[in-house]
Amino acid sequence: MRRQVPLALCFVFGVVMVLIEFSPHPYSKFLYNEVINWSLIITPFALVLGVATLVQTHWIRIRRRAEYWQYSFVVFIGMIVMVAIGIPFGPSHKAFAWLFKYIQTPMDATMFSLLAFFIASASYRAFRARTLEATLLLVAALIVMIGNAPIGDLIWNKIMPFGENLPSTARQWILENPNLSSRRGVILGVSLGVISQSIRIILGIERSYLGGGD
Amino acid sequence: MLKQIMQIDRRIIFILVALAVIIPTLLKVSFPITISEPTRKLYDYIEDLPSGSTVLIAFDYGPSSMAELQPMGTAFLRHCFQKKIRVIGMTLVTEGATLGYETMQEAAKTTGAIDGVDYVYLGFRPGTIQVMLGMGTTINNIFESDYKEKPLAEIPMMEGIKNYDQIDLVLDLASSSTTEAWITYINTRYNQKIAAGVTGVIISQMYPYLQTEQLIGLMSGLLGAAEYETLIETPAKATKRMSVQSFVHLLVFGLVILGNVAFFIQKRENENV
Amino acid sequence: MEKLIGVWIAAFLTLCIYSFLYRDNPFYRFAEHLFVGISVGYGIVLSIHQGLIPLAWTPFWQAITQWPPGWGLTKLIPIAIGLLFFARLIPNYAWLIRYPIAILMGIGSGLAIPNVMQADIFRQVHGTLVPFSQIHAGTLSGSEIFGAILMLIGVISTLTYFFFSVEHRGVVGGVSKVGIIFLMIGFGSAFGNTVMGRVSLLIQRVEFLLQDWLHLI
Repeated sequence: MRRQVPLALCFVFGVVMVLIEFSPHPYSKFLYNEVINWSLIITPFALVLGVATLVQTHWIRIRRRAEYWQYSFVVFIGMIVMVAIGIPFGPSHKAFAWLFKYIQTPMDATMFSLLAFFIASASYRAFRARTLEATLLLVAALIVMIGNAPIGDLIWNKIMPFGENLPSTARQWILENPNLSSRRGVILGVSLGVISQSIRIILGIERSYLGGGD
Repeated sequence: MLKQIMQIDRRIIFILVALAVIIPTLLKVSFPITISEPTRKLYDYIEDLPSGSTVLIAFDYGPSSMAELQPMGTAFLRHCFQKKIRVIGMTLVTEGATLGYETMQEAAKTTGAIDGVDYVYLGFRPGTIQVMLGMGTTINNIFESDYKEKPLAEIPMMEGIKNYDQIDLVLDLASSSTTEAWITYINTRYNQKIAAGVTGVIISQMYPYLQTEQLIGLMSGLLGAAEYETLIETPAKATKRMSVQSFVHLLVFGLVILGNVAFFIQKRENENV
Repeated sequence: MEKLIGVWIAAFLTLCIYSFLYRDNPFYRFAEHLFVGISVGYGIVLSIHQGLIPLAWTPFWQAITQWPPGWGLTKLIPIAIGLLFFARLIPNYAWLIRYPIAILMGIGSGLAIPNVMQADIFRQVHGTLVPFSQIHAGTLSGSEIFGAILMLIGVISTLTYFFFSVEHRGVVGGVSKVGIIFLMIGFGSAFGNTVMGRVSLLIQRVEFLLQDWLHLI
């Protein structure tokens, strides 16, 4: 019951979805639509559970007086305010949109913008042409950076009498040739991995998604 | 001296980065934008679409990527509205719901597009692949109403639009793997034309799909947004920001060169000792 | 008025987060925790309003209120399966969560196999080899022919690098070294683009502070 039935369900649904792909029969289409609808209905519950788990985590932090536990109250206040406005009035309501626009959006954007500083700092401290591979990485990165900046083409066109817009052309050439080849190799490798892992999941060889225990 | 250069406090670098952004922003510098082929392909595709065609935009990004993707969305929407191409907006990520709605409203205001006639915003549904595939059968199955909870049956624009057969292009504005999902499941199964506008982090991953024409066009980060603004002859936020971007790129370029010069000089000194 | 208040609150929170660049401090921690709470609240609202209600509650209500009962009653089965997710919160019944997870994993894996095969393997291999049929037909220029050969070398050498079942010695070692060169160039271009991506976020925040908050531009 605890492991055999889930494995059997996984096998049945997996095989059905693979076989349906190759069958143009109207019954197959009907079955396909039903399975997709079922998964659409099941998925939102997983989202809500994810949120419930996060709430549980912060509640435990408060109970155990973990480090900075007082800030967990801030988490709850923020959450309760959003829920109190959003649930009765909906996400298109003016107040909810205001909270999203002036509180969530600025903080989210600012958090990620910190990376701009760290990238610059890390580039200066760690980006060294110690080996051939590191040099290639460095040169490609510098060409793409200057090619991306409009000032790159402007300076080049003013200084050099040949190769109009060479920085952006060089950037585009790198992206469309060596970069494309390496990415394609990665895509092929990853895809083969995805397919083999999917087969293992369907056949019940890969069971880590069931978690530990009985 | 060399050691000091190589071990400079990172907060000095932070200050330099901040100045490289603040000063050009205050001075309102502006540089011309060179158009790349992938952006031009997307522009040309929309230019060739007749008036009355339908495009679906998936606003699959959150506030952490809106600096690059929102200008793209705005420029693309302006182009569509100018050409009287109808637009359906939706999203597969939670944060995209409000951002997509704001972007469509903003573009509609500047071009006079009417909600329900020229565009409709459907909102968010969880499930990514299931949502994409479900829309391939009937959009109504997934979105019975729009974002403001008006039933699709009451929206004039949605009359006659059942699934991807009536959609001429899907544009995915993405900061994660949703573009690959659109290509893998929707382009493969329904032969739907897909284009993408992506953040800087995932640009290089898109080129294999561009070469096989699984993507018919690509806007690459803030530069792609600035290119599209240039093509529609409406320079806006992206064009201004790319000019500022130039100085930070030059700064990082200079820092990397300086760091390597100092490194090699120190290496030679150590070898001589 | 609400815009003015909103701008000042947004500016305060932006500066709280930027204070982390100096060092970790209570303002940053406050903003970070507020962000987590607001994001979770936003997620709850969207999951319920745009997920549970239209996809689960509405079909459920239609199924139980429909008379005579029709095919809609079958929607009760996935709703019941979805409710099993919440068994995770009850320690003795937590194992029930395996049912919906197994179904979703099966559907996802089943969908992936043929579609990934078609889109990421067949189409990509086709894209690598098609230029050679064009070379044969004589429709490519010199630089395009060079690009096609370079692409083939790059794809094969990159795949060879990732093939760890054979020791990288001799011919295989040489080819995988070429693969590393292509990979390094690819990662370098990714880094260059990442710089653009991250810096554009910073520019947007600075624009907000200087224009919307301080009205300096």
